[in-house]
Amino acid sequence: MTIAAETRSLMGEPDDSGRFGEFGGRFVPETLVPACQELERAFHEAWNDPVWREELASVLRDYAGRPSGLTECHRLGEQLGLRLFLKREDLNHTGSHKINNVIGQALLAKRMGKTRLVAETGAGQHGVASATAAALLGMECKVYMGAVDVERQALNVFRMRLLGAEVEAVHSGSRTLKDAVNEAMRDWVATVGDTHYCLGSVMGPHPYPFMVRQFHRVIGEEARTQFLALVGEDPDLVVACVGGGSNAIGIFSGFVDTDSRLIGVEPAGGAAVSRGAPGVVHGMRSFLMQDEYGQVEEAHSISAGLDYPGVGPEHSHLASIGRAEYPNVTDAEVIEAFQLLSRTEGIIPALEPAHAIAWVAREAAQLQGQTVLVNMSGRGDKDVGQMMDVLKDRLG
Amino acid sequence: MGLESHLRGCKESGRKILVPYITGGYPGWQDAIRACAANGADAVEIGIPFSDPVMDGPVIQRASQAALEAGTTPQSVLEEVPHLDVDIPLAVMTYFNVVHHDGPVRFANRLVAAGVTGCILPDLPLEESGEWCEAADAAGVATVMLAAPTAPDDRLPRIVDRCRGFVYSVGLLGVTGERDSLAATATALAERLLPLTELPVLVGVGVSNAEQAATACRVADGVIQGASMVRRLIESGPDEVGRYVAEVRAAIDA
Ligand SMILES: Cc1ncc(COP(=O)(O)O)c(C=O)c1O
Repeated sequence: MTIAAETRSLMGEPDDSGRFGEFGGRFVPETLVPACQELERAFHEAWNDPVWREELASVLRDYAGRPSGLTECHRLGEQLGLRLFLKREDLNHTGSHKINNVIGQALLAKRMGKTRLVAETGAGQHGVASATAAALLGMECKVYMGAVDVERQALNVFRMRLLGAEVEAVHSGSRTLKDAVNEAMRDWVATVGDTHYCLGSVMGPHPYPFMVRQFHRVIGEEARTQFLALVGEDPDLVVACVGGGSNAIGIFSGFVDTDSRLIGVEPAGGAAVSRGAPGVVHGMRSFLMQDEYGQVEEAHSISAGLDYPGVGPEHSHLASIGRAEYPNVTDAEVIEAFQLLSRTEGIIPALEPAHAIAWVAREAAQLQGQTVLVNMSGRGDKDVGQMMDVLKDRLG
Repeated sequence: MGLESHLRGCKESGRKILVPYITGGYPGWQDAIRACAANGADAVEIGIPFSDPVMDGPVIQRASQAALEAGTTPQSVLEEVPHLDVDIPLAVMTYFNVVHHDGPVRFANRLVAAGVTGCILPDLPLEESGEWCEAADAAGVATVMLAAPTAPDDRLPRIVDRCRGFVYSVGLLGVTGERDSLAATATALAERLLPLTELPVLVGVGVSNAEQAATACRVADGVIQGASMVRRLIESGPDEVGRYVAEVRAAIDA
């Protein structure tokens, strides 16, 4: 596939209203508008300050363990009839890509004089990363988590508490990620003076989708260099799971200007792009699963991190102009992929990136001989308890 | 009845303005609105429940969720409005996706057809309000904008300029819900807004009882009360809402 010239260099800055094409914007209560404007200014200044960028880079290197590796999966690749590579975000400190964004936002919050972080979390990985950064920088941290997720990601709840964060279970609505975002926003409306809302994905009001993408660019930039060094050309496909879409946007940003196909894999029960329509929630206009009256529908996924009815606005834009594709996979396919990667490569994936593996496994017949780069956005330790229940009849 | 002309009339005659909020679709909501009108409310804000009400605290969240679970839709609320048969203006309060999903022009026309003359969208700030305001202006629906304590001085005149009906002066940093005392920010913001506009300036969010309403009305032109109304509707029903409206009325008139 050749990408038309006008769709190159797609991932620049959004327009002044914070839109990527017709998606994005800033739909927040009036109380938060000045805070979003201040954040936009502060991010812009920091991002253009070489001293601050060096500080960010050094924390990512010396504390979080960047650069993350690139691994070729020889056994699984052979089994599937293609060449499979993983970008190893699972090997970062705290176990997922989320740390890239959190270190960036926490350093920025500190620079802005904020003393407290609030965060939402689904799988708990963003919450753990936020609690970690707060501990590192001596900040207070409160994490909102849907009551359903508190139960299925109990290990991460304990990790957050161990790291000194307060975790509050959210009992409203679907009691998952969507409702945790609502509650974090309500907290921020009340505490905006001393508190930074450390949002965990490329979603929310401007500047979050842009800022969070910039903090995750490092994934795509490293991956492109590493891939070229290893293989000598760009991959045929770049595949990542999509909840809000931060790990996907991070790796896509390194390849959007190449001929690589970009595939964002959503869960079947949270397929905002393929099953949603444009809507406005959580501060942004984007594809959203909603009923005929505009009420937001509840997502249902085995993976707490992808159990979200919306998607970041830049993905909606990439989908609407045809630059990226957003298929979905079922929970059953994900459970298979979780075991497949574990057994063939000795890598237990988080349930979220297991979606990306599941898509590659399902589509393998169409991908024979191609090079496929998957963003391994996190490791599966957090999911082992949940999967013990799911697999107890098979694995004893 | 026109929201702005009616409330301007109150202001000019020196009457303090009381606007209760009632969640549409919650059992007894129609009688609660009638009770408000009969006991001295100057207008009522009808909430069209939304699945993700980020500006609302636990009480209104609970009422919204219960209304949605009972099958309430924007249409089912609006269809009831003509049957309320009250002689005060009615506004709706909802979240922007309800409007966006319907389309601004269609939604504005629906309001007009139902006899609603005002609209409040707490997640639609000035910068995003253009398309909706155009549709609302054309249809004759007054769009009430919110002004918050966090706004710098140069932002308030722009908000006030775009306000129709009245100016919603957000009483505190936070979401709807009852508080033990009136925040200092409540009257401070109203004081900043009053010189900027001839529209009535009403304090809402965190005005929790008759005494707090009276305090706010010493500075502002009136108050909006939501959580304290809805809690009474949930706990005791429409009659208690009416009794409470009368109590607040007496306090702000004193
Ligand atoms: C390992 C991992 N991958 C992916 C996600 C989904 O988020 P995003 O779509 O923003 O990458 C999560 C969220 O919790 C996660 O923990």
